[in-house]
Amino acid sequence: MPNFYKENDDIQFHMKHIDLDWIIELKENNFEDKGSFDYAPKSIKDAKDSYDRILDIVGDLAGNFVAPTASDADEEGAHYENGQVRYAKATEEALELFKKADLMGFTLPRKYGGLNCPVTIYSIATEIVSRAEAGLMNIFGLQDIAETINKFADEDIKKKFLPRFCSGEVTGSMALTEPDAGSDLQAVQLKAFQDEEGKWYLNGVKRFITNGCGEISLVLARSEDGTTDGRGLSMFLYERDDKMKIRRIENKLGIHTSPTCELQFNNAPAILVGKRRMGLIRYVMSLMNGARLAIAAQGLGIAEAAYFEAEKYAKERIQFKKAIKTMIPVYEMLANMRMKVEAARTLLYETARIVDIKDGLEHNIEKHPEKEKELRNELKRFSNYAALFTPIAKAYNTEIANEVAYDGIQIHGGTGFMKDFNAERHYRDARITNIYEGTTQLQVVAAIGGIITGVAMERIHEYEDEFDFKPVEDLHKIVKEMVISLEKSVTFVKQKNDISYQEYHARRLVEMATLIFIGYLMTRDASKSERKKEMAKFFLDFALPSCKMKADVITGETHNLLKSKDLILDGKN
Amino acid sequence: MEYKMIVLVKQVPDTKNITGQAMKEDGTVNRAALPAIFNPEDLNALEEALKIKDKFGGKISIISMGPPAAAQVLRESLFRGADEVILLSDRKFAGADTLATSYALAMAIKKIKDYDIVLCGRQAIDGDTAQVGPQTAEKLNVNQITCVDKIVELKNKEIKVERSIEGGYEIVKTKLPVLLTITGEANFPRPFSAKKVLKYKYAVTPSEMSSYDEEYLKTTEIDQSNVIIKLWDHSEVGAKEEQIGLAGSPTKVKQIESVVLEAGEFKNIDNTKPGLEELIKELMNEHILG
Repeated sequence: MPNFYKENDDIQFHMKHIDLDWIIELKENNFEDKGSFDYAPKSIKDAKDSYDRILDIVGDLAGNFVAPTASDADEEGAHYENGQVRYAKATEEALELFKKADLMGFTLPRKYGGLNCPVTIYSIATEIVSRAEAGLMNIFGLQDIAETINKFADEDIKKKFLPRFCSGEVTGSMALTEPDAGSDLQAVQLKAFQDEEGKWYLNGVKRFITNGCGEISLVLARSEDGTTDGRGLSMFLYERDDKMKIRRIENKLGIHTSPTCELQFNNAPAILVGKRRMGLIRYVMSLMNGARLAIAAQGLGIAEAAYFEAEKYAKERIQFKKAIKTMIPVYEMLANMRMKVEAARTLLYETARIVDIKDGLEHNIEKHPEKEKELRNELKRFSNYAALFTPIAKAYNTEIANEVAYDGIQIHGGTGFMKDFNAERHYRDARITNIYEGTTQLQVVAAIGGIITGVAMERIHEYEDEFDFKPVEDLHKIVKEMVISLEKSVTFVKQKNDISYQEYHARRLVEMATLIFIGYLMTRDASKSERKKEMAKFFLDFALPSCKMKADVITGETHNLLKSKDLILDGKN
Repeated sequence: MEYKMIVLVKQVPDTKNITGQAMKEDGTVNRAALPAIFNPEDLNALEEALKIKDKFGGKISIISMGPPAAAQVLRESLFRGADEVILLSDRKFAGADTLATSYALAMAIKKIKDYDIVLCGRQAIDGDTAQVGPQTAEKLNVNQITCVDKIVELKNKEIKVERSIEGGYEIVKTKLPVLLTITGEANFPRPFSAKKVLKYKYAVTPSEMSSYDEEYLKTTEIDQSNVIIKLWDHSEVGAKEEQIGLAGSPTKVKQIESVVLEAGEFKNIDNTKPGLEELIKELMNEHILG
């Protein structure tokens, strides 16, 4: 098996061209750690070299150790025995390797034992791990829980728990969902109460908790008696003891190695994280955004795996005396798969960069309040971009993961339907990605505001100013045409001033914006490589007509469904 | 108690991943076609040492004899958790056979002086002789246990191991200091630690520091503090010139040829006394026996 980092040409392309300088400056703060930690970088160049070496280790482990046992791991799955969860053997071994390789505190500060990597680098690592074994990513990728503690908890909580995450001694879970609170987390009922000494206890049930067996859980609970909405919820840190029972684990379609637990808390002692009532509105939203980016990376990784499997098969499979890869209907499918993978990657890295800049600015202002005035506008801008790009990347990458895995089976033909090949595993694993951490439908809800209010256009104007389109003027022209379609559609929807109409067309608008962002990014990439130029052309061949078609639908007063939904859905002929 | 350990490692051509013609026309090894790697069983030896250090504490010194490029396996030892690394390198060591190699290694170990356990791989994949470990132990005049699969117990100054023998294994107990040769069955070597990679990524030998000919050295981050890999030549370890390199090697290579193994014809021999007598006679005639 190859090294999934060093031997991935597209990741190498991005690592060569991605602009990380500002992010490194923000993250390393004048390289303040270099005196106190022997593994801290001393310069921007040094930091980039470190990222390269860290990803090299991840790529080696993923390609040479995790991927070869992924099929067995999936077959075995996680076990539930006597009230306890046991990972599949291959999962346990993989986690042990990641622990020994110091990869479990990827983004955490060095003072707690972390590697202090930017989210961009963590996203690449997540993508690589997911390509090897999608379910393992759910445990590796839950480092966001530690990151949330790092962002919002008091120093003594951080000191107590974060080093244990970094050393790999503990893993985490985020316990949000309940039987009656899924997409609607405001309905969370699990109760938190305080005793006379002020200690907190949790009572109630959480369901569908990924890695709920982890030693540390962040639990969203109702701390304010008598409240019914999100403002009555707080976030608690709970460390496993006998006051929480794992009632069962789910029997799932995919990601078999990731245990999905039902948890029952019985007067379980917990620690309040941050401020009361801020649980959902502030902390969970932040946690979710981190997790959404991680799932976007997971989707990309699965798509990548599905593509490589299909490509290999198409090369080797001979029908009508030639490899099926040489046949147009097959190589069109393959090209589409690869195009989606590359589109998802450039979108993911752009989103992660935006999040890194936002986080870096926030962190800087927190540390140097005197800089607030100077950085406030920048922060506002990048917070808006992060709020727009995160759901867009989550939606796009996980939808294409499904499409690519679907075509992956198609290329295998009947063989792909059999368990002997990995194609069906990728198809099953992909299916959850556009559901959990918020369905695609909810990502649309999160993204539409930024498109209607002009945040999307603001970013587009920046691309116009920043990118050098000279070598790719023909492509640039096409992207600008797509922008016109979007502007026309947004204007129409705004003038219509009908909330149902906007909601009805929201997904189309978000998809248009997505194609445009990817269009800009691929055009930028095209200016750096001849191959990328051809790929961008191929992408735009279909992206422009797709935008125009959507614009036609939106500006064409298309509302028959809204008008006749009762008859269409429930009527009789 | 803590243990002081010395691990002997070798950089070898990767005979499993040959990228071109392995042999040149003149019959010598074409190193350019063979990527250089950490000898696999030496990695098992290092892992065994690291496990002992994890459990009991202590210090691990690595010695590798080889050309300047062998510094790479020493960096990789640091990336996995070694404490001190020494490159035994000298033009005069060139052309050494197993006798001259074990002499030079033994001299280097004597320079370190204080040790409890010396570990090395059972054999290197380039020569496959499995002689360097045992010969080094002889020269050091310490106990040796070869083909170790497992360390069963380590207590104070005594060690109990499982060593593989034909058709099974045996348990052997001895007093420290001891030299162990470790097999590939012993363990699964750990990956690089990211933090150690970042800490030691610019580790160099003094000669690498002055040459700057390698790509990764072309960086401003590298300074004297990165000269972590010690470089010992023959005089540094007090080795006699006549006992090292080509001069100290009784093995003379007469000819190298590429041997293609083919299954020959086979014969059925009756499991009877006359049958066996016939077999022994034939083997003696063929000079396989006797």
